[in-house]
Amino acid sequence: MNEIALQAGTLWLREITRFMRQRSRVIGSFLQPLVFWLLLGAGLRASFKPAGMPAGIDYFEYLYPGFIVLVLLFTAIFATISTVEDRREGFLQGVLVAPISRPTIVIGQALGGATLAWVPSVIFLVLAPFAGIHLSLGAAIAAALMMAVIAFALTCIGLAIAWKIESTQGFHAIMNLILVPIWLLSGAFWPIAGAPAALQWIMRLNPLTYGMAALRQTLYLGETQALGGLPSLACAIAIAVAFAIATFALAARTARRATAF
Amino acid sequence: MTASTAIPAHARATNESAEPAVAASDLRFRYGGRTAIDGVSFTIGRGEFFGLLGPNGGGKTTLFKIISTLVPPQDGAARILGFDLRRDTIALRRRIGVVFQHPSVDGKLTVSENLAHHGRLYGIGGARLRQRSAAILERLGLSDRAGDLAETLSGGLKRRVELATALLHNPELLVLDEPSTGLDPAARRDFLNYLAHLRETAGVTIVLTTHYMEEAERCDRIGVLHQGRLVAIAPPAELKARVGGDIVAINSRDPETLRRKIAERMRVDAALVDGVLRVERPRGHDFVRDVVDAFGDEIESVTFGKPTLEDVFVHLTGHRFFAGVGGAREDGDV
Repeated sequence: MNEIALQAGTLWLREITRFMRQRSRVIGSFLQPLVFWLLLGAGLRASFKPAGMPAGIDYFEYLYPGFIVLVLLFTAIFATISTVEDRREGFLQGVLVAPISRPTIVIGQALGGATLAWVPSVIFLVLAPFAGIHLSLGAAIAAALMMAVIAFALTCIGLAIAWKIESTQGFHAIMNLILVPIWLLSGAFWPIAGAPAALQWIMRLNPLTYGMAALRQTLYLGETQALGGLPSLACAIAIAVAFAIATFALAARTARRATAF
Repeated sequence: MTASTAIPAHARATNESAEPAVAASDLRFRYGGRTAIDGVSFTIGRGEFFGLLGPNGGGKTTLFKIISTLVPPQDGAARILGFDLRRDTIALRRRIGVVFQHPSVDGKLTVSENLAHHGRLYGIGGARLRQRSAAILERLGLSDRAGDLAETLSGGLKRRVELATALLHNPELLVLDEPSTGLDPAARRDFLNYLAHLRETAGVTIVLTTHYMEEAERCDRIGVLHQGRLVAIAPPAELKARVGGDIVAINSRDPETLRRKIAERMRVDAALVDGVLRVERPRGHDFVRDVVDAFGDEIESVTFGKPTLEDVFVHLTGHRFFAGVGGAREDGDV
């Protein structure tokens, strides 16, 4: 157990150290979603009110949690891309011949990537008042915990892909084809309640919808809120946690298959 | 230095000395439709300095990947240091040090950070880690570079850092893939000298792949790989003795005609290898005189010498060692 902690811990630390030495990555992962949010939110808040929006919320405010998840998605996914090259011609070669189990490698990588994604998204929380959300301390802590769960799940999705594919070009294609739509269809952009029936079903089957719903509700913790078609908080948390566990299992299995040991 | 600190005494007693460092039988590996390793069997003794020699694409990197536990063989079996390669992989990995052709140190980390990460992956932490890192950096003359980012080091120093990480956990077997690629001759000589020293002082078994003849010359024994098969396995001197005496190479505008004439008039079979006539003769200088006397007009140049390992390769396979290397294929990974 002690050895597993040492091994996973060192892989976590390596991710953090590398990230801190690449300033442009730190800034980029945070700034890009921020700019999107400001532009889209500011542009659409006056004229745009999708069907099914909870009362008393304008579109700028509605988009805010969605862009927290976008920060998580971008950072988590980009943190895992290096796995592709790293295992053939880099640091991971040495890890693969070390006495470490494949799940332990994935735990270290996933905790590393999740931490990198989590920190800028927590900084994003500071902007809540600009969105019109008055965060209580309890709400902030609950939201931060929920963000950690989402960050872990998204990192594991990235790892499952990164251990499978052979080139980083493939990664970008998958990112645009699968991951961005998953985010779009998670309730980040429009409420489930107002969507056409067929789309509602797709959104309900999308696991990220539940992480999104849980985060949305934790931000207003303690206030009475209209659910607007969202699953209850307990249900959303349960599914989000189950999703994180499932994605980890998938990533660990993919890593084991890719290395054939 | 002893290699025993990380390994319980009872485990050593059952595995040590009784079994060879590597015992492989009928290993096979294919990439899609292409066979990289085609039924290879060999044994490497404890404390041996063993070289796998072959041109790029001959299968040596695949064999390296199997011995270093990076990929399991698709067929065949291997026991390494007394452990089954497939069943006891984790226990085996604790005892192997691996140096890759492409750097496995992280350029964004300092030299000592790289060592620390490596140590922790092998379950070494705290004071023991600091002590071992300091010792290995000292031994490899890297102490004053400990705080430098690995990406800022020269090629030779980087390779030494690779070696430092591979030796940090006191392995009994060191496996290296083309360790001198990218090193200048002086750095290459230093590196080989250190490996030889390591074998002498710590009894570490060393297995390296190479396509450099001078590197192969340094080995106790070499295995010659050609198209996925082991065509010979012997000490370098013994391999050279298999070539029948001296090597005479003749360049001619029309080598095929000349080859026929030499066969008719002198009763000597010359091999035509990549446009050059090649003759193995016990008394090469006599043959040079005779052939120049007889066909002086048709000969552009004649070279004559003692057989090198390259001649051994031609003798064994009928192919030139570097034939096709200039082609477009980048197959360092095969």
